Amino acid sequence: MISNYFFINIIRFILLVLVQVLVFNKLNFFGFINPMVYILFLYWYPIKQNRATFIGLSFLLGLSIDFFSDTMAINAASTITIAYLRPTIMRFIFGVNYEFQSFKLGNATRVQQITFLALLIIVHHMVFFTLEIFSFANFLLILKKILSIGLATLVLCLLFSSLFSVKKE
Amino acid sequence: MQQIINFIIRYKNFLLYIFLLIISLGFTVQSHSYHQSSFFNSSNWIAGNIYQTSFSVTSYFDLNKENKQLIEENNRLRDQLFNRENENPTELDSIQMNYTIASGKVIKNSYANLRNYITINKGEKNSIKIDMGVITAKGILGIVENTSNNFANVQSILNQNSNINAKIKNTNHFGSLVWNAKSYNIVQLIDIPRLVPLTIGDTIVTGAMSSIFPEDIPIGTIKKFDLDTSKSFYTIDVALFNDMTNIKNVYIVNNINREEIQQLEAETNDQ
Repeated sequence: MISNYFFINIIRFILLVLVQVLVFNKLNFFGFINPMVYILFLYWYPIKQNRATFIGLSFLLGLSIDFFSDTMAINAASTITIAYLRPTIMRFIFGVNYEFQSFKLGNATRVQQITFLALLIIVHHMVFFTLEIFSFANFLLILKKILSIGLATLVLCLLFSSLFSVKKE
Repeated sequence: MQQIINFIIRYKNFLLYIFLLIISLGFTVQSHSYHQSSFFNSSNWIAGNIYQTSFSVTSYFDLNKENKQLIEENNRLRDQLFNRENENPTELDSIQMNYTIASGKVIKNSYANLRNYITINKGEKNSIKIDMGVITAKGILGIVENTSNNFANVQSILNQNSNINAKIKNTNHFGSLVWNAKSYNIVQLIDIPRLVPLTIGDTIVTGAMSSIFPEDIPIGTIKKFDLDTSKSFYTIDVALFNDMTNIKNVYIVNNINREEIQQLEAETNDQ
């Protein structure tokens, strides 16, 4: 069971990096919208696993994206932020339920799933674009990028998650 | 002691997070200053080879268009060659050459970020070195910033750190070419004095002050100009000749005299 999870996550990791780098980084919709679908890794990652491993893996994920897209270590910084905040966000959305053994993401309501994903994306994009632009003089530019790219990411992530949804038991 | 260990165990996730955050911020801040860290760029072996594989698949889709562009360029060069006024062509002797040209292909391009980098499929093996200029048939593209064995990372002119010497064609008024990250087909030429007569549509070319690019490489045309806040210099919007979204074939320019120039300048500065 554990090794099963392990392999699924490794494959997911590699596929998401490749899809992100070879497809979505070249999208340039309207000239600047490149959705970041690799956030799905954090959305799909099993809840009960060791938190330190999770943060470490997210760091590696962000770093590998940075490796390809010449963005220094911005992706890594924003990915570990949402990895660290994920339990807080989950408690906020699912209430205390999520700490029970039987809790599964697939059992939550659709609205809860979408809000969870949206919050992950918003926090990620906020950190990402603040670091990328690095000046508050360009506040409007930051806001524009967060909103437009965030929306695109959300739509694509929802499509992906319904396409590859974990089968319901 | 017990309490310290307890503290560490209790907050180990938080400490791990802070630790990793500091590492990534360190990398980021370090490369906000002049040179990018030589490790974190897509000219490394893994990224380069993956991009190369993807490029070798996708490059077939627009071979026709690429061929047409290359033929057009050849036509233009032949026109220049046959209509040369100077009927006494000096022999092309390698001793008299100031620049050597190598060709390359873009395997990764980006223009949506604030700091855009392009990866090309030539590297140290093809004697590409840091700070060589990269141009296309239509105009300038950027400067080589990092190299690996087989690949090189080019800082595009669409990069906030980019700063290239440029002038108005047929004059000697020069300024700096920078980018304000607003649009991927417009860059800004700053520090042109107020007394210079400007017309919309004037051509901007590279200046002679740089030891990277040869003089008179086309850049773009003036689209709009305004005085800056000090009211003594112009800020000029330049529409690029290059379509930055669609670049395949590039030329890497090597200035043979660059080392000599730099050495001389360094000696002068030391005095």
